[in-house]
Amino acid sequence: MSTVVEPRRHDANARSIEVVGALVNRTLLRVRRMPSAFIPSLIMPVFQLIAFSGAFGAAVRLLDIDPMNWYMPLNAIQGASFGALGVSFGLLNDMETGFFDRVLMAPMRRSVIVFGSYAAAIARSVVPVTFVILVSFLGGLHTPGGPLAILMVVVASVMVALSACGLALGLTFRMRNMGAATLTQFAIFFGIFLSTSQVPLSEMSGWLRACARINPMTNILRFARQGFLGDITWAQTWGGLVAMAAMFVVSTIFALTGLRRYDR
Amino acid sequence: MSIATAITHSTQLTKRSVRGRLRQPAALAPAFIFPLFFAALGSASFNRLAQDPYFSENIASSFLNYAVAGAVVQGVLFGATSAAGDLATDIEQGFFERLLASPISRVSIVLGRLAASMVVGVTQVVVFMTLFVLFGARVESGPLGVIGLIVSGALLGLAMAGLMAGIAIKSGSPEVVQGSFPLVFVLLFLSSAFFPRHYMTGWYRTVADWNPMSHIVEGMQGFMNHDLAADQFVKAWLIPLAIAIVGIAFALRSLNKRLAAS
Repeated sequence: MSTVVEPRRHDANARSIEVVGALVNRTLLRVRRMPSAFIPSLIMPVFQLIAFSGAFGAAVRLLDIDPMNWYMPLNAIQGASFGALGVSFGLLNDMETGFFDRVLMAPMRRSVIVFGSYAAAIARSVVPVTFVILVSFLGGLHTPGGPLAILMVVVASVMVALSACGLALGLTFRMRNMGAATLTQFAIFFGIFLSTSQVPLSEMSGWLRACARINPMTNILRFARQGFLGDITWAQTWGGLVAMAAMFVVSTIFALTGLRRYDR
Repeated sequence: MSIATAITHSTQLTKRSVRGRLRQPAALAPAFIFPLFFAALGSASFNRLAQDPYFSENIASSFLNYAVAGAVVQGVLFGATSAAGDLATDIEQGFFERLLASPISRVSIVLGRLAASMVVGVTQVVVFMTLFVLFGARVESGPLGVIGLIVSGALLGLAMAGLMAGIAIKSGSPEVVQGSFPLVFVLLFLSSAFFPRHYMTGWYRTVADWNPMSHIVEGMQGFMNHDLAADQFVKAWLIPLAIAIVGIAFALRSLNKRLAAS
Protein backbone atom coordinates (compact mmCIF):
# COMPACT_ATOMS: atom_id res chain seq x y z
CA MET A 1 0.00 0.00 0.00
CA SER A 2 2.69 2.43 1.00
CA THR A 3 4.26 2.25 -2.45
CA VAL A 4 0.98 3.65 -3.86
CA VAL A 5 0.19 6.23 -1.17
CA GLU A 6 3.66 7.76 -0.82
CA PRO A 7 4.01 9.02 -4.42
CA ARG A 8 0.48 10.50 -4.23
CA ARG A 9 1.28 12.32 -1.02
CA HIS A 10 4.53 13.46 -2.58
CA ASP A 11 2.64 14.69 -5.64
CA ALA A 12 0.15 16.55 -3.49
CA ASN A 13 2.91 18.28 -1.53
CA ALA A 14 4.77 19.19 -4.71
CA ARG A 15 1.55 20.57 -6.21
CA SER A 16 0.87 22.60 -3.04
CA ILE A 17 4.33 24.14 -3.23
CA GLU A 18 3.73 24.94 -6.89
CA VAL A 19 0.43 26.65 -6.05
CA VAL A 20 2.05 28.64 -3.24
CA GLY A 21 4.77 29.73 -5.69
CA ALA A 22 2.16 30.69 -8.29
CA LEU A 23 0.23 32.78 -5.74
CA VAL A 24 3.41 34.60 -4.71
CA ASN A 25 4.30 35.24 -8.37
CA ARG A 26 0.80 36.54 -9.02
CA THR A 27 1.10 38.99 -6.12
CA LEU A 28 4.50 40.21 -7.28
CA LEU A 29 3.16 40.56 -10.83
CA ARG A 30 0.33 42.74 -9.49
CA VAL A 31 2.89 44.91 -7.68
CA ARG A 32 4.88 45.31 -10.92
CA ARG A 33 1.74 46.13 -12.94
CA MET A 34 0.20 48.49 -10.38
CA PRO A 35 3.10 50.08 -8.49
CA SER A 36 0.85 53.03 -7.56
CA ALA A 37 -1.11 50.69 -5.28
CA PHE A 38 2.06 49.42 -3.57
CA ILE A 39 4.15 52.58 -3.29
CA PRO A 40 2.03 54.20 -0.49
CA SER A 41 2.64 51.14 1.71
CA LEU A 42 6.35 51.73 1.10
CA ILE A 43 6.42 55.48 1.67
CA MET A 44 3.94 55.93 4.52
CA PRO A 45 5.88 53.95 7.17
CA VAL A 46 9.05 55.88 6.31
CA PHE A 47 7.21 59.19 6.51
CA GLN A 48 5.66 58.17 9.82
CA LEU A 49 9.09 57.16 11.12
CA ILE A 50 10.37 60.64 10.30
CA ALA A 51 7.23 62.35 11.61
CA PHE A 52 7.02 60.39 14.88
CA SER A 53 10.71 60.65 15.70
CA GLY A 54 10.69 64.34 14.72
CA ALA A 55 7.46 65.38 16.42
CA PHE A 56 7.12 63.05 19.41
CA GLY A 57 10.86 62.49 19.85
CA ALA A 58 11.04 64.84 22.83
CA ALA A 59 8.65 62.65 24.82
CA VAL A 60 11.01 59.65 24.70
CA ARG A 61 14.18 61.76 24.75
CA LEU A 62 13.15 62.85 28.27
CA LEU A 63 13.60 59.17 29.20
CA ASP A 64 17.06 59.00 27.57
CA ILE A 65 15.72 56.93 24.69
CA ASP A 66 16.81 57.68 21.14
CA PRO A 67 13.61 58.51 19.17
CA MET A 68 14.79 56.67 16.04
CA ASN A 69 15.48 53.52 18.09
CA TRP A 70 12.09 53.78 19.77
CA TYR A 71 9.92 54.41 16.71
CA MET A 72 11.66 52.30 14.04
CA PRO A 73 10.26 48.90 15.20
CA LEU A 74 6.77 50.42 15.43
CA ASN A 75 6.89 51.74 11.87
CA ALA A 76 8.46 48.54 10.52
CA ILE A 77 5.59 46.50 12.01
CA GLN A 78 3.01 48.98 10.76
CA GLY A 79 4.52 49.05 7.25
CA ALA A 80 4.65 45.26 7.08
CA SER A 81 1.01 44.93 8.18
CA PHE A 82 -0.32 47.44 5.67
CA GLY A 83 1.89 45.90 2.96
CA ALA A 84 0.41 42.47 3.67
CA LEU A 85 -3.10 43.90 3.37
CA GLY A 86 -2.51 44.21 -0.37
CA VAL A 87 -3.03 40.46 -0.60
CA SER A 88 -6.66 40.86 0.45
CA PHE A 89 -7.18 43.61 -2.17
CA GLY A 90 -5.88 41.15 -4.76
CA LEU A 91 -8.17 38.41 -3.45
CA LEU A 92 -11.17 40.71 -3.67
CA ASN A 93 -10.25 41.59 -7.24
CA ASP A 94 -9.98 37.86 -8.05
CA MET A 95 -13.42 37.28 -6.52
CA GLU A 96 -14.95 40.09 -8.60
CA THR A 97 -13.42 38.84 -11.85
CA GLY A 98 -14.33 35.19 -11.17
CA PHE A 99 -10.70 34.07 -11.11
CA PHE A 100 -11.01 32.96 -7.50
CA ASP A 101 -13.83 30.52 -8.36
CA ARG A 102 -11.52 28.97 -10.96
CA VAL A 103 -8.81 28.63 -8.29
CA LEU A 104 -11.33 26.81 -6.08
CA MET A 105 -11.99 24.32 -8.89
CA ALA A 106 -8.31 23.33 -8.97
CA PRO A 107 -7.47 19.91 -7.46
CA MET A 108 -5.66 21.05 -4.32
CA ARG A 109 -6.10 21.42 -0.60
CA ARG A 110 -8.11 24.53 0.30
CA SER A 111 -5.62 25.50 3.02
CA VAL A 112 -3.00 26.05 0.30
CA ILE A 113 -4.94 29.16 -0.74
CA VAL A 114 -4.53 30.62 2.74
CA PHE A 115 -0.88 29.58 3.13
CA GLY A 116 -0.09 30.72 -0.40
CA SER A 117 -1.57 34.10 0.48
CA TYR A 118 0.63 34.12 3.59
CA ALA A 119 3.72 33.53 1.43
CA ALA A 120 2.61 36.43 -0.79
CA ALA A 121 2.07 38.57 2.32
CA ILE A 122 5.64 37.87 3.43
CA ALA A 123 6.92 38.90 0.00
CA ARG A 124 4.93 42.15 0.17
CA SER A 125 5.79 43.00 3.77
CA VAL A 126 9.54 42.37 3.68
CA VAL A 127 10.07 45.25 1.21
CA PRO A 128 8.67 48.07 3.42
CA VAL A 129 10.41 46.61 6.49
CA THR A 130 13.77 46.63 4.68
CA PHE A 131 13.12 50.18 3.48
CA VAL A 132 12.26 51.42 6.99
CA ILE A 133 15.37 49.77 8.47
CA LEU A 134 17.66 51.26 5.80
CA VAL A 135 16.22 54.76 6.23
CA SER A 136 16.46 54.54 10.01
CA PHE A 137 20.15 53.58 9.79
CA LEU A 138 20.63 56.72 7.68
CA GLY A 139 18.77 58.62 10.42
CA GLY A 140 21.14 57.42 13.15
CA LEU A 141 19.70 54.07 14.31
CA HIS A 142 22.08 52.04 16.47
CA THR A 143 21.82 48.50 17.78
CA PRO A 144 23.09 48.05 21.34
CA GLY A 145 21.67 44.52 21.24
CA GLY A 146 23.83 43.58 18.25
CA PRO A 147 22.78 42.31 14.81
CA LEU A 148 20.15 40.07 16.43
CA ALA A 149 18.12 43.24 17.02
CA ILE A 150 17.44 43.45 13.28
CA LEU A 151 16.33 39.82 13.21
CA MET A 152 13.92 40.48 16.09
CA VAL A 153 12.27 43.40 14.33
CA VAL A 154 11.98 41.44 11.05
CA VAL A 155 10.43 38.43 12.86
CA ALA A 156 7.94 40.67 14.70
CA SER A 157 7.02 42.54 11.50
CA VAL A 158 6.47 39.37 9.48
CA MET A 159 4.45 37.66 12.22
CA VAL A 160 2.17 40.69 12.70
CA ALA A 161 1.85 40.98 8.91
CA LEU A 162 0.77 37.32 8.71
CA SER A 163 -1.80 37.84 11.46
CA ALA A 164 -3.10 40.95 9.65
CA CYS A 165 -3.26 38.95 6.42
CA GLY A 166 -5.17 36.12 8.15
CA LEU A 167 -7.66 38.59 9.57
CA ALA A 168 -8.06 40.33 6.19
CA LEU A 169 -8.56 37.00 4.37
CA GLY A 170 -11.10 35.81 6.94
CA LEU A 171 -13.07 39.03 6.63
CA THR A 172 -12.81 39.10 2.81
CA PHE A 173 -14.10 35.51 2.53
CA ARG A 174 -17.05 36.45 4.74
CA MET A 175 -17.89 39.96 3.51
CA ARG A 176 -16.72 39.77 -0.13
CA ASN A 177 -16.36 43.55 -0.39
CA MET A 178 -13.89 46.37 0.25
CA GLY A 179 -15.28 46.79 3.76
CA ALA A 180 -13.14 43.82 4.81
CA ALA A 181 -9.90 45.66 4.02
CA THR A 182 -11.19 48.80 5.75
CA LEU A 183 -12.10 46.84 8.89
CA THR A 184 -8.66 45.20 8.90
CA GLN A 185 -6.99 48.59 8.55
CA PHE A 186 -8.98 49.83 11.54
CA ALA A 187 -8.03 46.73 13.55
CA ILE A 188 -4.32 47.17 12.77
CA PHE A 189 -4.44 50.90 13.43
CA PHE A 190 -6.19 50.65 16.79
CA GLY A 191 -4.29 47.47 17.75
CA ILE A 192 -0.97 49.22 17.23
CA PHE A 193 -1.81 52.62 18.68
CA LEU A 194 -3.55 51.26 21.80
CA SER A 195 -0.24 49.79 22.92
CA THR A 196 3.16 51.21 23.83
CA SER A 197 3.41 52.69 20.34
CA GLN A 198 4.22 56.26 21.44
CA VAL A 199 5.71 56.04 24.93
CA PRO A 200 6.64 53.31 27.45
CA LEU A 201 3.92 51.92 29.72
CA SER A 202 5.35 53.81 32.71
CA GLU A 203 4.63 57.14 31.00
CA MET A 204 1.00 56.40 30.15
CA SER A 205 -2.00 57.32 32.22
CA GLY A 206 -5.63 56.28 32.64
CA TRP A 207 -7.52 54.32 30.01
CA LEU A 208 -4.60 54.01 27.59
CA ARG A 209 -2.39 52.38 30.21
CA ALA A 210 -5.18 49.88 30.97
CA CYS A 211 -5.59 49.08 27.25
CA ALA A 212 -1.85 48.82 26.59
CA ARG A 213 -1.33 46.45 29.53
CA ILE A 214 -3.67 43.82 28.05
CA ASN A 215 -2.90 44.50 24.37
CA PRO A 216 -0.69 41.73 22.89
CA MET A 217 0.96 44.38 20.68
CA THR A 218 2.68 45.73 23.81
CA ASN A 219 4.52 42.42 24.22
CA ILE A 220 5.33 42.28 20.51
CA LEU A 221 6.72 45.83 20.53
CA ARG A 222 8.79 45.01 23.62
CA PHE A 223 10.13 41.95 21.75
CA ALA A 224 10.94 44.00 18.63
CA ARG A 225 12.44 47.01 20.45
CA GLN A 226 14.64 45.29 23.02
CA GLY A 227 17.75 45.05 20.84
CA PHE A 228 17.52 48.78 20.05
CA LEU A 229 17.14 49.85 23.67
CA GLY A 230 19.63 47.50 25.33
CA ASP A 231 20.50 43.81 25.56
CA ILE A 232 18.25 41.08 24.26
CA THR A 233 16.89 39.03 27.16
CA TRP A 234 14.58 36.05 27.48
CA ALA A 235 12.38 38.05 29.89
CA GLN A 236 11.57 40.54 27.11
CA THR A 237 11.33 37.84 24.43
CA TRP A 238 8.93 35.16 25.61
CA GLY A 239 5.89 37.41 26.00
CA GLY A 240 6.27 38.59 22.40
CA LEU A 241 6.68 35.04 21.10
CA VAL A 242 3.51 33.91 22.89
CA ALA A 243 1.55 36.94 21.63
CA MET A 244 2.72 36.46 18.02
CA ALA A 245 1.98 32.71 18.08
CA ALA A 246 -1.50 33.28 19.56
CA MET A 247 -2.36 36.00 17.02
CA PHE A 248 -1.11 33.85 14.17
CA VAL A 249 -3.11 30.76 15.24
CA VAL A 250 -6.33 32.70 15.85
CA SER A 251 -6.14 34.65 12.57
CA THR A 252 -5.28 31.48 10.59
CA ILE A 253 -8.28 29.63 12.04
CA PHE A 254 -10.41 32.69 11.19
CA ALA A 255 -9.10 32.67 7.58
CA LEU A 256 -9.58 28.89 7.13
CA THR A 257 -13.13 28.90 8.54
CA GLY A 258 -13.91 31.92 6.35
CA LEU A 259 -12.72 30.05 3.28
CA ARG A 260 -14.83 27.03 4.25
CA ARG A 261 -17.87 29.28 4.59
CA TYR A 262 -17.15 30.92 1.20
CA ASP A 263 -16.79 27.44 -0.37
CA ARG A 264 -20.24 26.41 0.85
CA MET B 1 -27.87 86.86 -13.15
CA SER B 2 -28.40 88.93 -9.97
CA ILE B 3 -26.37 88.45 -6.79
CA ALA B 4 -29.57 87.53 -4.92
CA THR B 5 -30.23 84.70 -7.38
CA ALA B 6 -26.64 83.48 -7.07
CA ILE B 7 -27.00 83.46 -3.27
CA THR B 8 -30.27 81.49 -3.53
CA HIS B 9 -28.61 78.95 -5.83
CA SER B 10 -25.57 78.71 -3.57
CA THR B 11 -27.81 78.14 -0.55
CA GLN B 12 -29.70 75.34 -2.30
CA LEU B 13 -26.45 73.68 -3.40
CA THR B 14 -25.04 74.09 0.12
CA LYS B 15 -28.10 72.30 1.52
CA ARG B 16 -27.72 69.53 -1.07
CA SER B 17 -24.04 69.16 -0.26
CA VAL B 18 -24.62 69.01 3.52
CA ARG B 19 -27.45 66.48 3.03
CA GLY B 20 -25.14 64.41 0.83
CA ARG B 21 -22.50 64.40 3.56
CA LEU B 22 -25.02 63.37 6.21
CA ARG B 23 -26.20 60.50 4.01
CA GLN B 24 -22.67 59.07 3.96
CA PRO B 25 -21.87 58.58 7.65
CA ALA B 26 -19.09 56.13 6.72
CA ALA B 27 -17.32 58.88 4.75
CA LEU B 28 -17.92 61.49 7.45
CA ALA B 29 -16.99 59.32 10.43
CA PRO B 30 -13.17 59.39 9.97
CA ALA B 31 -13.25 63.20 10.15
CA PHE B 32 -14.66 62.84 13.67
CA ILE B 33 -13.19 59.55 14.93
CA PHE B 34 -9.49 59.94 14.05
CA PRO B 35 -8.97 63.47 15.44
CA LEU B 36 -10.72 62.52 18.68
CA PHE B 37 -8.71 59.30 18.89
CA PHE B 38 -5.39 61.06 18.33
CA ALA B 39 -6.26 63.73 20.90
CA ALA B 40 -7.22 61.08 23.45
CA LEU B 41 -4.07 59.10 22.63
CA GLY B 42 -1.84 62.17 22.91
CA SER B 43 -3.31 63.29 26.21
CA ALA B 44 -2.92 59.80 27.72
CA SER B 45 0.61 59.35 26.31
CA PHE B 46 2.23 62.74 26.72
CA ASN B 47 0.62 64.07 29.87
CA ARG B 48 3.95 63.79 31.69
CA LEU B 49 5.30 66.39 29.31
CA ALA B 50 2.63 68.76 30.60
CA GLN B 51 4.44 68.66 33.97
CA ASP B 52 7.47 70.27 32.34
CA PRO B 53 7.60 73.86 33.70
CA TYR B 54 7.98 75.39 30.22
CA PHE B 55 4.93 73.51 28.94
CA SER B 56 2.65 74.38 31.86
CA GLU B 57 3.71 78.04 31.96
CA ASN B 58 3.84 78.85 28.25
CA ILE B 59 1.91 76.27 26.28
CA ALA B 60 -1.05 74.66 28.05
CA SER B 61 -2.31 73.54 31.45
CA SER B 62 -2.70 69.93 30.27
CA PHE B 63 -1.94 67.93 27.14
CA LEU B 64 -5.67 67.58 26.50
CA ASN B 65 -5.98 71.37 26.37
CA TYR B 66 -3.04 71.41 23.98
CA ALA B 67 -4.48 68.66 21.76
CA VAL B 68 -7.86 70.34 21.13
CA ALA B 69 -6.62 72.69 18.40
CA GLY B 70 -4.76 69.90 16.58
CA ALA B 71 -7.88 67.74 16.63
CA VAL B 72 -10.02 70.56 15.25
CA VAL B 73 -7.56 71.26 12.43
CA GLN B 74 -7.19 67.56 11.61
CA GLY B 75 -10.96 67.04 11.52
CA VAL B 76 -11.58 70.08 9.33
CA LEU B 77 -8.87 69.01 6.86
CA PHE B 78 -10.29 65.46 6.65
CA GLY B 79 -13.78 66.88 6.09
CA ALA B 80 -12.70 69.37 3.41
CA THR B 81 -10.83 66.69 1.47
CA SER B 82 -13.83 64.40 1.63
CA ALA B 83 -16.13 67.21 0.39
CA ALA B 84 -13.84 67.86 -2.58
CA GLY B 85 -13.97 64.14 -3.33
CA ASP B 86 -17.76 64.45 -3.55
CA LEU B 87 -17.39 67.32 -6.03
CA ALA B 88 -15.05 65.21 -8.16
CA THR B 89 -17.58 62.35 -7.99
CA ASP B 90 -20.28 64.77 -9.26
CA ILE B 91 -18.02 65.57 -12.22
CA GLU B 92 -17.18 61.92 -12.88
CA GLN B 93 -20.81 60.78 -12.69
CA GLY B 94 -22.15 63.60 -14.88
CA PHE B 95 -24.16 65.53 -12.28
CA PHE B 96 -21.82 68.50 -12.74
CA GLU B 97 -22.64 68.58 -16.49
CA ARG B 98 -26.35 68.57 -15.67
CA LEU B 99 -25.82 71.55 -13.34
CA LEU B 100 -23.99 73.37 -16.14
CA ALA B 101 -26.89 72.68 -18.51
CA SER B 102 -29.37 74.17 -16.04
CA PRO B 103 -30.04 77.93 -15.66
CA ILE B 104 -27.91 78.22 -12.54
CA SER B 105 -25.18 80.60 -11.47
CA ARG B 106 -21.83 78.98 -12.37
CA VAL B 107 -20.09 80.45 -9.36
CA SER B 108 -22.71 79.02 -7.00
CA ILE B 109 -21.73 75.48 -8.09
CA VAL B 110 -18.38 76.03 -6.40
CA LEU B 111 -19.53 78.36 -3.62
CA GLY B 112 -22.28 75.92 -2.58
CA ARG B 113 -19.66 73.22 -1.98
CA LEU B 114 -17.35 75.58 -0.13
CA ALA B 115 -20.14 76.89 2.10
CA ALA B 116 -21.05 73.28 2.92
CA SER B 117 -17.47 72.68 4.04
CA MET B 118 -17.76 75.70 6.34
CA VAL B 119 -20.98 74.29 7.81
CA VAL B 120 -19.32 70.90 8.39
CA GLY B 121 -16.24 72.67 9.83
CA VAL B 122 -18.38 74.62 12.31
CA THR B 123 -20.24 71.45 13.29
CA GLN B 124 -16.95 69.67 13.88
CA VAL B 125 -15.60 72.44 16.11
CA VAL B 126 -18.82 72.49 18.16
CA VAL B 127 -18.86 68.67 18.55
CA PHE B 128 -15.16 68.52 19.42
CA MET B 129 -15.35 71.40 21.89
CA THR B 130 -18.37 69.87 23.63
CA LEU B 131 -16.65 66.49 23.98
CA PHE B 132 -13.32 67.95 25.09
CA VAL B 133 -14.98 70.18 27.70
CA LEU B 134 -16.87 67.14 29.00
CA PHE B 135 -13.51 65.35 29.37
CA GLY B 136 -11.94 68.22 31.28
CA ALA B 137 -10.62 70.74 28.73
CA ARG B 138 -11.00 74.44 29.53
CA VAL B 139 -11.24 77.40 27.16
CA GLU B 140 -9.07 79.89 29.05
CA SER B 141 -10.14 82.86 26.90
CA GLY B 142 -13.83 82.36 27.68
CA PRO B 143 -16.87 82.55 25.35
CA LEU B 144 -15.09 84.89 22.93
CA GLY B 145 -12.36 82.27 22.58
CA VAL B 146 -15.01 79.66 21.70
CA ILE B 147 -16.31 81.98 18.98
CA GLY B 148 -12.71 82.51 17.86
CA LEU B 149 -12.24 78.76 17.51
CA ILE B 150 -15.52 78.26 15.64
CA VAL B 151 -14.76 81.05 13.15
CA SER B 152 -11.24 79.71 12.71
CA GLY B 153 -12.59 76.20 11.98
CA ALA B 154 -15.03 77.64 9.43
CA LEU B 155 -12.30 79.69 7.69
CA LEU B 156 -9.90 76.75 7.64
CA GLY B 157 -12.66 74.54 6.20
CA LEU B 158 -13.27 77.16 3.51
CA ALA B 159 -9.54 77.45 2.75
CA MET B 160 -8.88 73.73 2.39
CA ALA B 161 -12.16 73.11 0.56
CA GLY B 162 -11.21 75.87 -1.92
CA LEU B 163 -7.81 74.34 -2.66
CA MET B 164 -9.19 70.82 -2.84
CA ALA B 165 -12.18 71.92 -4.96
CA GLY B 166 -9.69 73.46 -7.41
CA ILE B 167 -7.93 70.09 -7.65
CA ALA B 168 -11.28 68.28 -7.97
CA ILE B 169 -12.52 70.54 -10.80
CA LYS B 170 -9.17 70.50 -12.59
CA SER B 171 -8.83 66.70 -12.48
CA GLY B 172 -12.49 65.59 -12.33
CA SER B 173 -11.24 62.48 -10.53
CA PRO B 174 -12.04 61.42 -6.94
CA GLU B 175 -8.85 59.30 -7.00
CA VAL B 176 -6.71 62.38 -7.65
CA VAL B 177 -8.40 64.23 -4.77
CA GLN B 178 -7.88 61.29 -2.42
CA GLY B 179 -4.35 60.93 -3.76
CA SER B 180 -3.58 64.51 -2.74
CA PHE B 181 -4.69 63.84 0.83
CA PRO B 182 -1.28 62.48 1.92
CA LEU B 183 0.10 65.95 1.17
CA VAL B 184 -2.36 67.39 3.69
CA PHE B 185 -1.34 64.66 6.12
CA VAL B 186 2.34 65.57 5.67
CA LEU B 187 1.56 69.28 6.17
CA LEU B 188 -0.24 68.43 9.40
CA PHE B 189 2.47 66.16 10.82
CA LEU B 190 5.26 68.61 9.96
CA SER B 191 3.59 71.23 12.14
CA SER B 192 2.87 71.76 15.82
CA ALA B 193 -0.59 70.17 15.50
CA PHE B 194 0.36 67.14 17.61
CA PHE B 195 3.38 68.31 19.56
CA PRO B 196 4.77 71.72 20.60
CA ARG B 197 7.43 73.24 18.34
CA HIS B 198 9.47 74.16 21.39
CA TYR B 199 10.44 70.50 21.87
CA MET B 200 11.30 69.77 18.24
CA THR B 201 14.91 69.84 17.06
CA GLY B 202 16.97 70.07 13.85
CA TRP B 203 15.50 70.30 10.36
CA TYR B 204 12.12 69.10 11.60
CA ARG B 205 11.86 72.17 13.80
CA THR B 206 12.85 74.43 10.88
CA VAL B 207 10.13 72.93 8.66
CA ALA B 208 7.56 73.27 11.46
CA ASP B 209 8.61 76.91 11.97
CA TRP B 210 7.92 77.71 8.31
CA ASN B 211 4.76 75.62 8.01
CA PRO B 212 1.69 77.93 8.06
CA MET B 213 -0.28 75.12 9.66
CA SER B 214 1.86 75.48 12.82
CA HIS B 215 0.83 79.12 13.15
CA ILE B 216 -2.86 78.43 12.51
CA VAL B 217 -2.85 75.68 15.15
CA GLU B 218 -0.96 77.88 17.61
CA GLY B 219 -3.49 80.69 17.10
CA MET B 220 -6.25 78.25 17.99
CA GLN B 221 -4.23 76.94 20.92
CA GLY B 222 -3.97 80.54 22.09
CA PHE B 223 -7.78 80.71 22.33
CA MET B 224 -7.74 77.48 24.36
CA ASN B 225 -4.87 78.19 26.70
CA HIS B 226 -4.34 81.93 27.15
CA ASP B 227 -6.25 85.18 27.55
CA LEU B 228 -7.49 86.79 24.33
CA ALA B 229 -4.77 88.52 22.31
CA ALA B 230 -4.55 90.09 18.86
CA ASP B 231 -1.95 87.60 17.60
CA GLN B 232 -4.41 84.73 18.13
CA PHE B 233 -6.85 86.34 15.69
CA VAL B 234 -4.08 87.08 13.20
CA LYS B 235 -2.87 83.47 13.23
CA ALA B 236 -6.19 81.64 13.54
CA TRP B 237 -8.30 83.91 11.31
CA LEU B 238 -6.16 85.86 8.89
CA ILE B 239 -3.86 83.05 7.74
CA PRO B 240 -6.80 80.71 6.87
CA LEU B 241 -8.58 83.69 5.28
CA ALA B 242 -5.57 84.40 3.06
CA ILE B 243 -5.37 80.71 2.07
CA ALA B 244 -9.14 80.74 1.45
CA ILE B 245 -8.82 83.66 -0.97
CA VAL B 246 -6.11 81.83 -2.89
CA GLY B 247 -8.11 78.58 -2.74
CA ILE B 248 -11.36 80.13 -4.01
CA ALA B 249 -9.50 81.92 -6.80
CA PHE B 250 -7.87 78.60 -7.78
CA ALA B 251 -11.25 76.80 -7.71
CA LEU B 252 -12.98 79.47 -9.81
CA ARG B 253 -10.09 79.55 -12.28
CA SER B 254 -10.30 75.75 -12.62
CA LEU B 255 -14.06 76.09 -13.16
CA ASN B 256 -13.58 78.71 -15.88
CA LYS B 257 -11.03 76.51 -17.64
CA ARG B 258 -13.38 73.52 -17.49
CA LEU B 259 -16.26 75.66 -18.82
CA ALA B 260 -14.06 76.96 -21.63
CA ALA B 261 -13.03 73.43 -22.54
CA SER B 262 -16.60 72.05 -22.54
